[in-house]
Amino acid sequence: MIVDWPGVNAEWSREIDVPSTSGVDAPGTVRRWHLLDNGEELARRGLVPRGTLLCVHGNPTWSYLWRSLLAAGSDPAHPWRVVAVDQLDMGFSERTGSFRRLADRINDLGDLIDALDLAGPVVSVGHDWGGVVSLGWALAHRDRLAGVVLTNTAVHQPAGSSIPAALRLALHPAVHRWGTTTTGTFLRVTHSLAHPALPADIRNAYMAPYRGASRRAGVGNFVADIPVDASHPSFAALTGVAEGLRSLEVPALMLWGPRDPIFSDRYLKDLLTRLPHADVHRYEGAGHLVAEDRDIATPVFDWLATNVTRAGDSAVAKSSPAAGDGFTPLWARLTELAAGPDAGGRAVVEMAPDGTVARSLTWQQLEESVNRLAAGLRKTGVGTGSRVSLMVPPGVDLTVALYACLRLGAVVVVADAGLGTQGLSRAVKGATPDVLIGIDKALAAARALGWAARRISVRDLPAGQRRLLGVETSLAALARTGAGNAGAAPSFTPAAGSPAAVLFTSGSTGPAKGVQYTHGQLAAMRDTVAGTFGIKPGDRLVAGFAPFALLGPALGAVSVTPAMDVTAPRTLTAHALAAAAAAIDATVVFASPAALRNVVASQAGLTPEGAAALKRVDLLLSAGAPVPEPLLDEVQRLLPAASLHTPYGMTEALPVTDISLEQIKAAAADAGSGTVPGAGNGVCVGRPVHGARIAVIPLAADGTAPGTEPVTDAGVTGEILVSAPHVKDGYDRLWLTDQASAGPAGWHRTGDVGHFDAEGRLWVEGRLAHIITAPGAVVTPVGAERAIETLDSVSMAAIVGVGPAGTQAIAAVVETLPPVRKAGPASPGLAGKVRQAALAAGVSVSAVLVVPAQPTDIRHNAKIDRSRLSRWASSVLAGGRPGKP
Amino acid sequence: MKVLVTGASGLLGREVAGLLVRRGHEVSTFQRRPSGVDGAADRCGSLTDDAAVAAAVQGAEAIIHLAAKVSFTGSAGEFEAINVQGTRRLILAAREAGVRDLVFVSSPSVANSGAAIAGLGAEPADPERAHGDYARTKAQAELQALAADGPDFRGAAVRPHVVWGPGDTQLVERVLARAARNRLPLLDAGAALIDTTYVDNAAAGIVAALDRMGFIHGRALVVTNGEPRPVGELIAGICAAGGVPAPSWSVPGTLARAAGMVVEKAWPRLGQQDEPPMTRFLAEQLSTAHWFDQRETQRLLDWTPAVSIDEGLERLAEYYGRGTVRAVSGR
Repeated sequence: MIVDWPGVNAEWSREIDVPSTSGVDAPGTVRRWHLLDNGEELARRGLVPRGTLLCVHGNPTWSYLWRSLLAAGSDPAHPWRVVAVDQLDMGFSERTGSFRRLADRINDLGDLIDALDLAGPVVSVGHDWGGVVSLGWALAHRDRLAGVVLTNTAVHQPAGSSIPAALRLALHPAVHRWGTTTTGTFLRVTHSLAHPALPADIRNAYMAPYRGASRRAGVGNFVADIPVDASHPSFAALTGVAEGLRSLEVPALMLWGPRDPIFSDRYLKDLLTRLPHADVHRYEGAGHLVAEDRDIATPVFDWLATNVTRAGDSAVAKSSPAAGDGFTPLWARLTELAAGPDAGGRAVVEMAPDGTVARSLTWQQLEESVNRLAAGLRKTGVGTGSRVSLMVPPGVDLTVALYACLRLGAVVVVADAGLGTQGLSRAVKGATPDVLIGIDKALAAARALGWAARRISVRDLPAGQRRLLGVETSLAALARTGAGNAGAAPSFTPAAGSPAAVLFTSGSTGPAKGVQYTHGQLAAMRDTVAGTFGIKPGDRLVAGFAPFALLGPALGAVSVTPAMDVTAPRTLTAHALAAAAAAIDATVVFASPAALRNVVASQAGLTPEGAAALKRVDLLLSAGAPVPEPLLDEVQRLLPAASLHTPYGMTEALPVTDISLEQIKAAAADAGSGTVPGAGNGVCVGRPVHGARIAVIPLAADGTAPGTEPVTDAGVTGEILVSAPHVKDGYDRLWLTDQASAGPAGWHRTGDVGHFDAEGRLWVEGRLAHIITAPGAVVTPVGAERAIETLDSVSMAAIVGVGPAGTQAIAAVVETLPPVRKAGPASPGLAGKVRQAALAAGVSVSAVLVVPAQPTDIRHNAKIDRSRLSRWASSVLAGGRPGKP
Repeated sequence: MKVLVTGASGLLGREVAGLLVRRGHEVSTFQRRPSGVDGAADRCGSLTDDAAVAAAVQGAEAIIHLAAKVSFTGSAGEFEAINVQGTRRLILAAREAGVRDLVFVSSPSVANSGAAIAGLGAEPADPERAHGDYARTKAQAELQALAADGPDFRGAAVRPHVVWGPGDTQLVERVLARAARNRLPLLDAGAALIDTTYVDNAAAGIVAALDRMGFIHGRALVVTNGEPRPVGELIAGICAAGGVPAPSWSVPGTLARAAGMVVEKAWPRLGQQDEPPMTRFLAEQLSTAHWFDQRETQRLLDWTPAVSIDEGLERLAEYYGRGTVRAVSGR
C-alpha cells in the first residue's frame, strides 16, 4: 500500500492481524486490520501519551476522517495516542466476504483493542454509524473508559419521527445495491456533504479504498444493517447501546454539524436525553462531515485537557440542582396578589387596534389561567425539562403560556421574528423544542420549514386547518382539560439552578445564539429591574418591549400590551401607546428605541386624552440599542413628567448599566469640556445596575483582550466584563462559545469594548470583533461614528477596517440624508467633511463610502453589521464594482 | 558625504538632490540635461555611454540612482538599454570607482502582476509577471542592484509609489490635461484605494535610505504617504488644485483594462504621435487597489512623511494659482 493521502503521516499507517471472536466468523479466524496509529511516532519522539483516543469512522468513510486528531495527538503540548481504525470490510482493512452486523462490529473492535494492548485510559471517538460501534465498545469496557466524543451520529430513532428521506432512499431495494456497492454513488454523495466542498485530492483519498464494486460490499452491508424497525436483526444490539448510555457517567463531548440530511438535530436531542451531562457544540453551517468542515482537533484536545485525566477519576460530578434553595420563584408575586385583597384588580390587559381594551385578566384570573394551562400541558406530556417554543405575540396568551411553562418546569424557548425567517428557523431547529405553541403564522412556518415539534395553536382551529398545520390541540382546549383536572397548582418546585428559558440573541454578530437562563437567574433579573428602577406592586406599566414585558406579573405590576405589529417594533404609534397608557393609567413605559422613533414621528395622531395619559407617566425605559439624545429630547416633550432611562445590556445580561437623559447630558458635557478623565470616545451607558459589577480586560496591541485581570481604571479601553446574579447560565449547545465567553472566575465576557471615566461611568466603544488594527493604533468604531453622525448630511455611520490586521486602512461607511440610490465612493465634498469629523475624534479615515441603507439587525434596526460592511468595503476599495453591502 | 544623484532633472531627482545639498552633502548629478539644482555640480550624459558613466561616478561615496526611461510609450529596446543596461553599467562603474552605497530608486510596479494590493509590504521584484516594458525593465534593474549588495558594496532599493507634487508631469499634468478635455473617466466610480507619495516625502524617504544603509542594504522598501485614498478622490483633489473640473463619467474597470490593451497596441499604428487615451497599465493603476504596509519601511528608515496629502494638495493649488481656471494645453 502506498500511503500518499494528504494530511497523513506515512508512519501512522499500519496493519495488524487479529484473531476474531465474532459470531459471524468461524473459530480460529484471523482478520487483518488497517489502522492509522501515531503510537510509533510518539515513541520515536519520546512523547509519553496521556491516554488513547480510539476513533471509529462511519459509512462510507475510513480512518482518514480522523487525520487532524492524529496530527494533534502528536503535538508535544498534549501527546495522546490516536488509534483510528478501518472497520473490517471498510477502508484498507480486510474484505471478509461476510455480512458483519452491529453486534459483530462491536465485538470486532474489542478484539482489535485487546490485540493492540493499549496502556492507560481510553476515550472513544465516533462518527456516523461508527458512533454506535464506538459506544458499544465503550459500554463493554467501562473500566478503562475515560470519556466519549461523538460527531453526527445516532443510537435511536426517536419515537414519532420517521427515518430520514435520504436514508430511506439508500435502503430502498431498488436503489440499495446499485447505489452503495455496484456504483460509488453513496460514496460520492457522502463526500459531497462537506461545507465547503472537499478539494479533489481529499475526495480522492476518501475514495482510495473503495475503488471497484468488490471493495464496496461493506458499504452496502453497512447500510443494510441499519435497524429501521424492531424486526431487524441488529435492533437488539442498537437498543442495548441506546439504553446502556443512560448509565454512562464519563465526560462526553458532542461536536455536531447541523446541516446533515441524516443525523439531524433530532438525533442530537435524543443523545442528550441519554447523556444529559454532555458538553455540546453545534457548528452552525457545518454538516455531516463535521471533522472536515471545522477544526475539531483543537476543541477535542482542549476538552480532554480539562475534562479527562485518568480513567476512573474523570467521572462527571454534576450535581442535580436541589429544590427550594432559598430564592423567590418568578411567579411568587402573582400567586400572592391573586390571593390578596387586590385579586379582582386587573393584572394583564391587551389593547385592540381601535384603542379599546381587547382582553384583560384579573390577578385571580391570571393565576387560575396559568394553573389550568399548566395542568393541561402536563396532561399532554409536557413536563420538567421539556422545551416549549413560544411563538405568541406579547399579550395575555403569551403571559399565561410563559408562566404556565415555568411553573411546570418546562424550558421556554423564545426566538422572535426579529431574527428573520432564516435566522428564526435556524434557531428553532437548533433548540429542538418538544412543543411549539404558536399563532397561525408560526404554525404555518413550522410546517413549511420543517420544525420538528408537537404543535399547539393559540386559538381553537377548525379540524381541516388543524390537520393541515399538524396541530394537536389548542391553548383553549388545554385550559379546558386542565380545569377538569383541577389538581390545583402543579407540584414542580424550582431550584435556583433549574433551567428555565432559552432566549435568542439578535444575531447582529453572526448566527443568533441561544442563551440559557435558570429560574434563579430569571428571578434575579426581576429583582435587578425592581431594585434599579424602583418598580413595585401597584405600578402600572405599558409593555412595548417584549423581554421586560414578561416581567410585569413577576414584579406585581399591572401590564398592558399596546396594539402593534410585534414583528416590527417601529409600528408602535403614539396613539396606540397613549391608548394603552390611558387604559391602566400607566406609571411606567417600556419601549424599544425603534418604537420610540415612530411614536415621536406619529405624535400628530394623539388625542387630548392620550396626550394627558402620557403626561402622567413617571418612568420610561428604552433598551436594546443606543437611543440618540435628540430622540430622547423629543420623547421628553411627550412625557414631560417621566424620567427617561436607557439601560445597557445584552441577551446574556439584562440589564447591565443604567443612565438617564439628565445623566447622558452631563456625560456629554464632561466629554466636551475634557474635565473628567476618560469621558468621551463612545456612548456613555452609565453605572452598573443593582447587584451588578462591571470591569474591563485591557486591549492588547493586536486588538484582542488576552488578559485575565479585570480593571476599572479611567480611560483604559478593554473588553467589558459583567458579573451579576442575573447573568446567563450558558449558551445552548455552544460549548466553544461558552468557553470563550467565560472570563476570569465569575465574569461574563460581553464581547463589547469600552472604558470607564473617572466618575465610574462606562463608555461603550463597539464590539471586540469590530476593532480595527491600524498601523500603530487599535481603533474602536463608536467614537468616530458618533462624531460623523453629528454631520447634518449623515444619518448613520459605521467605521470599519480593510486590509491585513495590524496595517488596516479605515473606511467610513455612511448612510446619508437623503439616502443615495447607489452604493459607492462618497463625493469628494462629503468625504472631506466625514474625514474631518472622524479626525476630530482621533480617527484617520482613508476612504468614505456611501450606502443607500446600512445593514442592521431586524430586531432593533440599529446594530450595524460592521463585519459584513468591512467585507463589502474591502471588495469595493480593492477596485471591485460596488454592489450592495 | 559625496553623493551622485542620477536623473536629477526630473521632479523627484531634483528634490532629492536639493535636499542633499541642504543637508550639507557634496552633490553631483548625472543626466542628459542640466538639473538646475542650486549647489549641485551637474554633469550631463547618457546612461548608455560607458565613458560618461565612468566619469560621473568618480569620487562619489554614494549614488542615488533615479535616471530611467519612464513613459507609457517607447520601444522595448529603449527601456532595456536605459533601465537595464544603464543600471548595470552604473553598478559596474561604481564598484570600479570604489563607491560604497547605491540607493536604487525603483517602483512598486516591479512586483505587481495587476492584482489588487491591499496592505502588503515590498514583495520581491518579478520581471516575468510585471506588466509593461517599464515595470519589467525596472524589475530587472532592481534585482541587479540588490544582487550587487555584498561586503564591500551596499545596494538597496526604494520604491516610492505614485509620486506627485508641484511641477509633476507624470501624474498631475496628465490628469489635468485629460480632465480638461474630459478624456479621463473614473473606473468603477473611482473607488480603488491607492497610496501616493507627495514628492517631498518621497525625497526624504530616499535620503533616509542613504542614512540607514546599515539597516536596509540588500532589500527593497516601498515608500508612500501612508494615507491611502480612493483614486477618484485623489483625482478630484488634483483637478480642484489645478482648477479643472473633476471627471464626471465612469466606466467599468474590466472594460477599461481590455480597451487599454487594445488601444496601446493600435495607437502607434494609427500614426498617432501623442499618448494613447487609455493603456492597460493606466487602467490597472486607476481601477485596482495599490496600498502598502508602511510599518517596516518607517521603522527601518526611521522616517515618517512630513507632508500630508491634504497639505500636498494645498501646495499644489498654490502652485497652480489657487484654483483659478486655466487652460491646460493638450499635449
